[in-house]
Amino acid sequence: MINDAAVLTEKLDRIYKIRGPRRKDDPRELVALDGVNLEIKRGELFGLLGPNGAGKTTLIKILSTLLLPTRGRVVVDGFDVVKDFGEIRRRISMVSGGETSGYGLLTVEENLWMFARFYGLDSAVALRRINDLLHLLGIGDRKRTKISDLSTGLRQKMNFVRGFICDPGVIFLDEPTLGLDVTAARDVRAFVKNWMLEHPERTILLTTHYMAEADELCDRLAIIDNGKVLACDTPHNLKRRLQREAVFKLKVGPIGPKPCKEEMLESVPGVRQVSIVEHSSGTELSLILEREEVLSGVLTHLGRRGSKLISLEKREPTLEDVFIDLVGRGLNVDTSRRGKETP
Amino acid sequence: MNDTGIYKAKGFQLFWRTAWARAYPRIVGTFRERSWLFFETLLPVLGTAAYVFVYRAINAPPDYTGFVVVGGAMIAFWLNILWNMASQLYWDKDMGNLELYIISPGPVMAILMGMAIGGLVMSGTRALIILTVSTFLFGVTYQTGSLPLLGAVFLVTMAALYGMGMMFASLFLVSGREAWHISNLLQEPVYLVSGFYFPVKAIGFWGAAAASLIPLTLGLDAIRQLLFTGDPTLGFLPVGMELGILAVLAVIFINGARLALARLEEIGRREGRLIERRR
Repeated sequence: MINDAAVLTEKLDRIYKIRGPRRKDDPRELVALDGVNLEIKRGELFGLLGPNGAGKTTLIKILSTLLLPTRGRVVVDGFDVVKDFGEIRRRISMVSGGETSGYGLLTVEENLWMFARFYGLDSAVALRRINDLLHLLGIGDRKRTKISDLSTGLRQKMNFVRGFICDPGVIFLDEPTLGLDVTAARDVRAFVKNWMLEHPERTILLTTHYMAEADELCDRLAIIDNGKVLACDTPHNLKRRLQREAVFKLKVGPIGPKPCKEEMLESVPGVRQVSIVEHSSGTELSLILEREEVLSGVLTHLGRRGSKLISLEKREPTLEDVFIDLVGRGLNVDTSRRGKETP
Repeated sequence: MNDTGIYKAKGFQLFWRTAWARAYPRIVGTFRERSWLFFETLLPVLGTAAYVFVYRAINAPPDYTGFVVVGGAMIAFWLNILWNMASQLYWDKDMGNLELYIISPGPVMAILMGMAIGGLVMSGTRALIILTVSTFLFGVTYQTGSLPLLGAVFLVTMAALYGMGMMFASLFLVSGREAWHISNLLQEPVYLVSGFYFPVKAIGFWGAAAASLIPLTLGLDAIRQLLFTGDPTLGFLPVGMELGILAVLAVIFINGARLALARLEEIGRREGRLIERRR
């Protein structure tokens, strides 16, 4: 054991070499993680928040011993991921969103039993835990169903049972509610919260791009983009960063064609960040302003561009606002094709 | 035992729990979904029938019919090695199972062992059905030699063959779609060089010697010599020597699998090949 933190990364880089045919000017490498420093304490439910391609999954794959770091030091439950991966594997588990693992001809119970045995559980203990966990997640009646007959939501609940069956010290949840309906996602979040309450010494690292999920579940959050950690704090403290600013949500009529740089909303003095979402009924603007008085300038600007105000709401800052403030764009932007030319 | 009182096995006990757990889907699958009965026994029997009729048409000795029937039955094992051992980790990578195998404390070597045990049961069942049906259809008579020796030859052949399958699986661990192509490439030529439908001696000493790297070549030859003692001139090498070579091959392949697995897992972790999906 070399550190008491559940997870520790120091100056972690991960660079993928791009294989296969490429043109002369195509990048040769992809920087997935760039100098990531994180310390996650035991007993924390820690969130990694970032858009697709930010590096969240790469980080989880390194922590779960599936990938080696290119540079830097990574410690999980006191063990180094490069040298002591065998010890780490005894202590961790992982559940990913949209997971299709298992064998379709086996029943839910048989699949879970198989994975439990890979962790060395006694058969009777495994069956008892399978039964208990399936009931906790509300799918106790599906024990004898072949997994090929399960819906996406039920299958993901089964994956959760698989992840928790071995009672891991550290569990990685990679976008665990991806593709789930509202009810299934709520059940899964409730399960995670209860598990942490009942096992205060355990640690969960959750990646998500659902702001509300991160806000609801996580003790602390790191916001990650382009492979870099931009901020790391409690959701409350992250939102407090914007407390002095004024956050508004405006719904306006069509703004018209994209103006030149000087005529964009960002050029209005006092406007810190703007996020625009186009709807068929109009345009939704999330604005972070340095102070409330800046709003009149914004409305004048919109009026000059022929857009009418439909609704205006001043609200408390959300994690999304924090993200926009830090990154300069919303979460629904895919950055997975970043490449870096190297000599 | 962890701090919630759940005992988790280690070492040898963990190895066997993992191996048996991985064998389970194959064993259950053999008896749960019986659609394979039609395709995987009828088609080899048809292939065998073609050679039986050729041998009968040219008035070959009756033992040749038996040779073909035994060879036809052994095809089940070769197909299992190619498609359910060598390329299995490629399928598992695609399904998302490989990541879970790798991050679990159960050794990947135990996963391979489980695949081999399950595959042996699966293919053994198929082979037995093909052998029984073909023997009945073509009226094959056996003049068996030592049954314990026959049992030993079969077991050592299977150890060497599945050891080779485990080694292939290790090598294919970091491969993508090429695993599929290599399996395709190896299927038919091995039918030829291992003498599935004729005594391997017919391809000449050096040809047969080279083909002996595939354990089925010597295994099949020894089994035939022990099942059809009427014509000893058809064997390639003495049975005792073939058994010895097969034992050496088993040790080489199983150790090769272990070494290849450790090395290729490290390469896979470094290059990110364990986590990439179908390319």
